[in-house]
This record gives sequence, structure tokens and C-alpha cells, in this order.
Amino acid sequence: MSENLIKMIFGRLTLESLPLHEPIVVITFAVVAVMGMAVLGAITYFRLWGYLWREWFTTVDHKRIGIMYMILGIIMLLRGFADAIMMRLQQAMAFNGSEGYLNAHHYDQIFTAHGVIMIFFVAMPLVTGLMNYVVPLQIGARDVAFPFLNNFSFWMTVGGAILVMMSLFVGEFARTGWLAYPPLSGADASPGVGVDYYIWALQVAGVGTTLSGINLICTIVKMRAPGMAMMKMPIFTWTSLCTNVLIVATFPVLTATLVLLSLDRYVGTNFFTNDLGGNPMMYVNLIWIWGHPEVYILILPAFGIFSEVASTFSGKRLFGYTSMVYATVVITILSYLVWLHHFFTMGSGASVNSFFGITTMIISIPTGAKIFNWLFTMYKGRIRFELPMMWTMAFMLTFTVGGMTGVLLAVPPADFVLHNSLFLVAHFHNVIIGGVLYGLFAGITFWWPKAFGFKLDPFWGKVSFWLWVVGFFFAFMPLYVLGLMGVTRRLRVFDDPSLQIWFWLAGFGAFLIFCGIGAMLVQFAVSIMRREQLRDTTGDPWDGRTLEWATSSPPPAYNFAFTPVVYDNDAWWDMKRRGHERPMEGFKPIHMPKNTGVGVIIAGLSVAMSVGLIWYIWWLAAVCFVAILVVAISHTFNYDRDFRIEADEVTRTEGARTKLLAAGE
Amino acid sequence: MTASIAAPANEEKPVFYQREEHGHAEGGSTMLGFWIYLMSDCLIFAVLFATYGVLGANYAAGPAPKDLFDLNLVALNTAMLLFSSITYGFAMLEMVKGNQRTTLMWLAVTGLFGLTFLGIELYEFHHLIEIGATPQRSAFLSAFFTLVGTHGLHVTFGIIWLVTLMVQVSRRGLIEANKRRLMCLSMFWHFLDVIWIGVFTFVYLMGMLR
Amino acid sequence: MLTRLKYLLLLPLALMLSGCNLVVLRPSGDVASQQANLIVISTVLMLIIIVPVMFLTVFFAWRYRAGNKEAKYEPDWDHSTHLELVIWSAPLLIIICLGALTWMWTHLLDPYRPLSRIAEGQPIEDAGDPLEVQVTALDWKWLFIYPEYGIASVNELAAPVNRPIRFRITSSSVMNSFYIPALAGQIYAMPGMETTLHGVINKPGEYTGFSANYSGDGFSGMHFAFHGLETGDFDTWVAETRAETGALDRISYQELAKPSENVPVQKFGTVENNLFRFIRDRCVEPGKMCMDEMMAIDRNGGLGLAGVNLLQQPMVGDAAVRTALFGLKSNVVTGICTIEEQEAVADIGIAIGKPVNPDPLVGAGLARRSFLPFRTPLLDAQLQFSRPSGS
Repeated sequence: MSENLIKMIFGRLTLESLPLHEPIVVITFAVVAVMGMAVLGAITYFRLWGYLWREWFTTVDHKRIGIMYMILGIIMLLRGFADAIMMRLQQAMAFNGSEGYLNAHHYDQIFTAHGVIMIFFVAMPLVTGLMNYVVPLQIGARDVAFPFLNNFSFWMTVGGAILVMMSLFVGEFARTGWLAYPPLSGADASPGVGVDYYIWALQVAGVGTTLSGINLICTIVKMRAPGMAMMKMPIFTWTSLCTNVLIVATFPVLTATLVLLSLDRYVGTNFFTNDLGGNPMMYVNLIWIWGHPEVYILILPAFGIFSEVASTFSGKRLFGYTSMVYATVVITILSYLVWLHHFFTMGSGASVNSFFGITTMIISIPTGAKIFNWLFTMYKGRIRFELPMMWTMAFMLTFTVGGMTGVLLAVPPADFVLHNSLFLVAHFHNVIIGGVLYGLFAGITFWWPKAFGFKLDPFWGKVSFWLWVVGFFFAFMPLYVLGLMGVTRRLRVFDDPSLQIWFWLAGFGAFLIFCGIGAMLVQFAVSIMRREQLRDTTGDPWDGRTLEWATSSPPPAYNFAFTPVVYDNDAWWDMKRRGHERPMEGFKPIHMPKNTGVGVIIAGLSVAMSVGLIWYIWWLAAVCFVAILVVAISHTFNYDRDFRIEADEVTRTEGARTKLLAAGE
Repeated sequence: MTASIAAPANEEKPVFYQREEHGHAEGGSTMLGFWIYLMSDCLIFAVLFATYGVLGANYAAGPAPKDLFDLNLVALNTAMLLFSSITYGFAMLEMVKGNQRTTLMWLAVTGLFGLTFLGIELYEFHHLIEIGATPQRSAFLSAFFTLVGTHGLHVTFGIIWLVTLMVQVSRRGLIEANKRRLMCLSMFWHFLDVIWIGVFTFVYLMGMLR
Repeated sequence: MLTRLKYLLLLPLALMLSGCNLVVLRPSGDVASQQANLIVISTVLMLIIIVPVMFLTVFFAWRYRAGNKEAKYEPDWDHSTHLELVIWSAPLLIIICLGALTWMWTHLLDPYRPLSRIAEGQPIEDAGDPLEVQVTALDWKWLFIYPEYGIASVNELAAPVNRPIRFRITSSSVMNSFYIPALAGQIYAMPGMETTLHGVINKPGEYTGFSANYSGDGFSGMHFAFHGLETGDFDTWVAETRAETGALDRISYQELAKPSENVPVQKFGTVENNLFRFIRDRCVEPGKMCMDEMMAIDRNGGLGLAGVNLLQQPMVGDAAVRTALFGLKSNVVTGICTIEEQEAVADIGIAIGKPVNPDPLVGAGLARRSFLPFRTPLLDAQLQFSRPSGS
């Protein structure tokens, strides 16, 4: 074949693109390949493909989609953490003239991938997954507003994750840091495929995130049970609403910014270039206009989870519901007015810097009020220290430290000496782990019995809890100290030998967290094996307060046989207290949406199109683009999208639950 | 909050379950959802406008708006798009009356106006690129082509959607689902009009004044 | 339960901390010292609220545990106007204090602001003119030019103690951040732009400086030694550097600017006039249009259609040739001034660019200036051109 023909078929993809010279990557690939083959083989052997396709991949049930989001998030957590521990190891080793075990090319990809994966493919799927699962149940709805879009959004998120994972084995990932500032990410300084992988992974996943944001807003605004006024919504639903408003209002900014960057790289325009009038500062501003609200997109649902948990396990109404809601809304609005605090050192002048510094500090007022509200929720309560409550306690003690260092960094003159240092790294891990992740763990243990009908094993949960909490302090307190010693982030080798002890400590902390993740996986496995002992037949294992606990665990496909009527913001608790009676007959047929594979197909085509664009395989990109249009249009010709669950079946399902409930008493 | 509990307590037995299957009407959230989507799209344009605002005067010692734009042509183009909005409005009126044939006719007219708009825009782009004022020449031109081009891309997709809907309406008639879809496209089409008015004012008129 | 653990953690921490060098909290320059003080003050202010919260968290958790049946249990208690007032106003008060501090100190410690003192109780009058150092971040090393002495050094910086230093900072290709923790806070170094930093070193010694913003493969090795020297020693250092035979001009600069890692110290006895200004305006390559010239042209409406083809291929070695797929392969505008003309303009520029504002301090109880003194990073807009084009 002529060289030109090969180039036309494969673009810039050649055999040299495979990182065969990096033994670490080759070994990782071997392990992943073997494990992947084992899983695929097992699925084939047990003939699960049909079941998975019909019941899971094509499902439009918000509960199953929620669970799939959680699985995606946990798998990607393993990848993101592997990156973290490799960085810790490199930094602990590279002293006294040692280069460590990673070269710059590899190390720079690792810290970029770590950031991208942890934010976009761990935190976001876990948060979206919980919202997807819980919100419709909490508001007494049958499903989300647009069930098909929900499935599509999920598969787009998976598509982004696949692109990031692919970059590990084919080509390279970006070597620019997780926000890919130009000119470093421009065509001149980063000509390879890394930044293109970054761009397309985020674009594909971003479509999913935006659509799922629109979906959940509509669900919350339009589909609440009768009687549930806005100020009677459960607090997790409130925080979800605010989060999704933020998603819809910021992800388009990210999309547009990355489009401009890709135009610079593909077409040669001059938005963020050095010459011909481009301005890289524009990119930094735009990306943080998305980036700062993104932090609140992650933390607000966690705040909601802590509120639900604190009130449930204190056996008490949430203190200051109204001020909690207002605090959430204030944070939502203010999160748009602070982006510049990420680059005070760009030299915007004192007044601009002070403005953004002070708006940042103002956010700490509603946040502080929230902490007090949880505090007074515990006050005069009867606190049961089950795992979700333990995570909440750990959060309240850890997050306050992170919040404090955050406000410190908002003081511009202090930021001038701490910016980009390990102090900053410690700060945002302090709030993201101590806030978002602890919240997600609390949420997972809290709602697990709802999703699967049995509780998680408390022993392994506690092991994991202590390893995580202690590990966190070991891993990040040394980074605060290193920051004060003037050590900056993203360094690969060090000169000053007196620093090494602190990196050892941090590495030890990372090892503890590693064990914590291990314990968590063991916890899942043990709980699944011991599910009969851990079984919950009541549907309400924690003496819950909101509507999701009113239905069975796991809930039937239609969630509620009859839509509940709400009188109080702790609706289920109110129902229990005033002696509601579960309806036993008179069931009616229920309209439900049909499953469809269109979401998987379009997402798959989007991934293939992205691969074509990344590797300059133009025919592939063009074919896939046309195919996406054709599939999307032909999908709109399908008008027959729902079916009825007959009354008999509802009667049977509800009857089975009646028996279970009676047996439990 | 405690007051809200007390309220229904004076009833004997509060109703905790809705016995009738009220059901949220199919597509009940579509309008809201599509509206929110439009707002998110609006933010994409906001970023492009902002970029044009920042970079729009960086000509890199090359041509400026005054050297490039022909206001007569752009005015004609604007008229095409505004007419297409009016004819879409007529189509919606006919849809409400239930006249399938006239609805389709007005939709076709709308599509033709849209195509004319695109044609003129492509002609303008072609002309600019031919004289060397390419998107690569300066940050101003990059921002200009991207902002106007993104709008044009939206119109293109709008036309594809319009054709699809015309086929669907002629096949199935003005059923509820199709009416809803026509409503959505209507919002989309008028939205693009509003954006264009921004482009016309901000890019072309103010560019000529600068 | 957690706090007990934390105390255990704190003990070895305290021991280790006493042994290590917290340069950010104990710097050797006056600006950095004030920044360190501000860190301490802010932290203490915030601890006023953080400590009670943490204490109450633990106390409530223990007091209202399910096992303690003696504690009051009020499942319906969910509102108290008094408490709400406290929980909103306490953080508010702290933030008001902190906000006032922030406003004041952000202006006082603005890196663009010429120093008003060289140490506590030592006003600026005794110190003489600031030492100007022109800093360029290259891939991946630092270039320092001393216009006052006509010398330059790579990856080594020296300054006399107690003499204010004025850094003018730019970058050759990507963004970096110029940071000497012992001296003063950092500020970004950006291509095609100039940022400014003022500082003074009060104690002689050897300190480290580095890039605090990731800039690519050689980033880890992009650090330099900063020597704070007594005046006599500094003069010796200057004399030694002057004696170096190396000369830094447009040609050797382009050689130097090529990417390289872990670069050893280099010194240049002579430096071409106005080199920094050409670096900043991205026109070291002969024949390329300087950015200030381009911006002056743009302010007057560009060069019209005549300017469309005013492009040339970049010289190899300045930047990698673009790999963008479509469109132009060249991204360099051809200059329309001769080098002599450019230099003449540069001389005007520097004369105007000098700091002229050693104003008294502004802040609580001090003289007030009008609010909103907006300042963008020193684009070369600071160089006021009145002519329509640079010719």
C-alpha cells in the first residue's frame, strides 16, 4: 500500500503510537486486558449479554441508570487513585539526584489524568448517580422527566471515560495539567494527540452532563408529588436542583471554551495563541467561569446528603430548613462571582483582586451557617452512630479545616505566596475528599439498602472509614507543611533532601487510603455474600424521613403504586407519625417508558467520531457524524415509546410486599 | 414548619395517597426542558460574544470590519432571517387551526428563507476567505467567523430538523406529539433570530462604527 | 474521637516543624514578611469561629449519643430565631473584619505598587533608586537582564540587600510564574505581556526561586539561586559578570531560547540594548512586527486589506511550526519598521514606562485615593504611541 493510502486510512495513528517502550503502561495493559477478557468471558459463559443489554444497557429506569453511574464512578476511582499513588511514589523517591521511576513524559500525563478523571469521571458520575437514583424517589415521581435522555446522558459520560482510558494504551494523554491552559495546550507546545484526547473526552462527557442537568431540573420542577411545594422539598432535592441549575449554566461555557481551543488546534485560528492577536488570558478566565461553579456542583449534593443523614440519624427535624435552603441558593449564585480567585497572580490589579477575594469570603458565610445548622440538628437529638453518621462527623471536622485554608487562599496577598503550592493542593483535596467524597460515601451507605434491599456490612465499613480518615490526614497535612516551605505543585524531582520525610509521610497516607479503598471493595463483596443476614424487608431500615423510604427496597419499576400526598418536608416521617395506611387494592395500570438502545448507539458513534478526530482519521469522523444524524433522526420517527404495567402485575408486586412486611413484624 | 403539620391535623384522616392515576401528561416537561436547553445554548453564544468583545479589535495589522463588511448584503441577509421567523409564525397559526396543508406550505417557505440566509452567509464567507481575510489571519477574524459560523451551523441544523418535521407531519398529521415538536422548533427558530439580531448589531453595525 | 487522634498527630508534627524551614512564614524580604503576617492574622481570625465549631461538633456528638438517655430529646425542635441570628452574624462579622483587611492589604501589597519602605521603620528615602531586573521565563530556564549594568545571567539572580528591586517579567512561549518565596509573592510570566513585581531582600543569603506554574517537560528543573548580597559583594558580583566574555544579543538569545532542561548558570558580560523589550513584544526575530507596533496599528483600525498578506514564515527555532491542519502555516506578521526605528521607539517606551507613583499609603486612617484604580497587566499599552503606525 502506498504511504498516502495508509495515512488516509489511519490518519496519524501508527504502530509507534502504542506506548510499547513504557514498561509500566505495557504491564498495566496486560493486566487490564487479562481482567477484561475474564469479565467478558464470564459474561459470555453465563449468557448474560442479552440480559445486560435488555435490562441494563438500554434501560430508561432512573434507578438502574443511577446504579450504572455509581459503578462507572467507582471503577474510575480505581484508575484515578492508581494515578495518585504513582505520583506519591515518584515524589517520595525523586531526591538526592534520583530521577524517580517516571520520566517527565509519563509523569506529566499522570497528574493531568488524575485531575481530569477524579473530577469528571469519579465525582461527577457518583454525584449524578446519587441524584438520579434518589431525587425521583424523594419527590414521589415515577421516573425522570426525559427517561430516554437519561440513558443517553449516561452513555455519553461512559464515552468520555472510554476515551480517557483509551489514551493510556493508544497514544498519550494531555501533559498540560487538568485545565489545559494555552499556550501550553496549543498546537505549538502540544502538537501530539494528548490534548485532543482531553478535549474530546470532555466534550463527549459534557454533552451527557448538560442533558442530565436539564433532565433533573425538569423532573424537580414539574414532577413533584401533590402537596410538595418548593419549601417542602427534601433538602437533598433542593441541593440537587441548585447543582443542576449550575450544571446547565456552566457546562455550556466549558463546551464553548474547548471548541475555541480545538479551533486553535485544528483550524489554526488565533483565540489563545501568542501571535496574531490571540490572548491566552481569555481562556484562563473562561475555563474558570466554568471551573469554579463546578466545585459547587460537586459539593452541594454532598451538603444535601449530610443534611439528610444528620437529621435521620439524630432522629430529629433538620434545624433551620429555611435558612439551609437560602444558604444553598446564595452559594449557587455567589459561585459565579468568584472565578478570578484562581489566578490573582495574573496581575489584575488590587481592586479587582480584592473584589474577587471578598466575594469568595462571603461564600463562607452561608457555608458556615450550614455547618451550624447541622450542629444544631444534632443538638437535642438521639444520635445513632451508624456509618453514614460517622462520615458526616468526619466531614464536619475535616471540612472546617479545608474551609479555613480556603478563605486564607482567598486573601490575595496570602495567595501570592501560597498559589500553586502544595498548600493549595492540600486545600482542595481537603474540601473535595473531606466534603464531596465523604458525602458520597455517606450517601452510598445510606441509600445502598434502598437500592439493593440489604444493608452494607458495618465492620468492613468501619475499617474503611478509619483507614480513609486517618489516611487522609497523613496524606495531606504534610502537603500543607510543604506548601509553607515554599514547595510548588507538579514537580517531578526535588533538590532539598529535608523535604523527603514529608513526602514519605504523604506516601504513607496514600497507602492507608489505598487500604481504605480495598476495605470498601471488601465491604461490598462481603455484604453481597451475606445479603440474607443483612436483608431489610421494611424498605425503611434507618427510620427515614423522606419519601424514598415509603416504598419497598429495591423499589418496583414504577416506584410508587399510588402517588403519595405530601404535607410536610419530612413527608414519610409525617406519614408514619400520623398513622398512614398503605393502600392494598384498587391498583390501576401504570404508564411507563420503553427501553431503547438508541442512547448506547449514539454514544458509541460519538466515541468513534472522537477517535477519528483525535487521530485525524477523517473518513471515520465523517461517517460517524452522518451516522449520528441518521440514528437521531430515525429515532424521532418512533412514536411508540411507552407501555402499560397492568393492574394485575401491580397488585401482585404490592401483594408480595405486603407479605414481606407482615413477615418482618 | 411545625405549623404546617398542624394544618391538616384537624381533618379526621389526611389523604396520604392519590388514588387516581393522575399521571404527568406525556411531554408535559418538554417545553420547559427545551427552554432550559435554549438558555444553555444561549450561554454558548454568550461566550462567543464575549470572546468577540475581547478579541474583536485585535486585527494583527490586518483588515478591520470597515474593510470587510458590506452592510447592504448583511441587511438583506437579516431580512431573510426575519421573514423566515414571520412565516414560521404563520405556520404555527395554521397549526393551531389544524390546517395541515397550509402549515406545511408555510414551513416550506420558512425553510427556503433559511436556505437563502445560509446561501448569502456562505457567499460572504467565501468572499472573505478569497481576499485573504481567513479565520487564521487575526484574532478578530477568528472570533468573527466562529460567532457567525456557529449561528449559521444552528440554522443548518434547524433546517434539517424542519425537513424532518415536515416529513413527520405529512405522514402522521398534526397529532399532539408533532404539535409539540413544531412548538420546540418554533422556539429554536425564533431564538436564532434573537441571536442574529445581537450579531447584526454587535458585530456588523458596531463594527462599521468603530 | 477524631480530635484525640489529631492531637496525637500534632505532637510529632510540632517536633518536625521546629526542624524544618517554613520559608513562607519566616521569609527574609519585607514584602514576604508582611504577607506572612497577614497569613497568621487571617488564620487567627478564622480560628475564632473554627475552634468553637469543632469543639461543639465533638461535644454534641458525645452529649446527644443515642446511648445517653439523660440528654434532652426534642425531635420537633427545628427553629430558633436567636440561634439563626447568631449563626449568620458570627461568620458575617468575621468576614467583615477579614474583608476590610483584605481590601487594605491587597492594595498595600499590590505587586505593581512601588515599595514605600524597605523594612519595618525604614522608609524608602534612604534606599535610592530601585534595581531593575528584567526577567524572562524561557523553556525551561530563567533569564535575568540588568539594564543598569548591561549584564545578564541565566538561572542565577543577585541583588543587594535593602535596595528595592523592580522586576519586569515576561515569558518567551508559555505561561510560568516567577516566585522567590523568601523575597515576595509570585506573579505570572506570560508571553507577549509584562507583569511587574516589587520586592526587597533584607538579609544576605542564598535563596531559591523557581517557576510556580507548570510549563512542560523541563518544569521541575526550572529553578535558580537568588543571592542576597551586601552592597560590596553585589558590586563584586556585577564586576565578575561584566568580565564574562559571553554577549547576549538577538542571535545568541534565539539560541538560548531553544528548549533545554536543567540548564547550568550562564553569565553574559554584555547585553544588546532593549533586548527585553523585543522579547516581550515578540520581535527578536528580525523582520517580525513588534506587538506594541501591531497594537498601535490596530488601535487605529488596522492596515486594511493591504495588511492581509503581511505575513512571513516563522524562523526555525523561534517556535515549532504550527501543526494546525488547515489554513496558514505562518503566524508571523512582517514588521514595517527597521530595527533602528524599533529601537528608537523602545527608548521612548522605557522612559514613559518608569514608575512615577511613590504615593503615600492608602488604608484605614490614612490618606485616601479615589477608589477603583484598575490596572491590567502591563500590556505594552503603557507605552503611549501617538503616531498612527510605527514608521
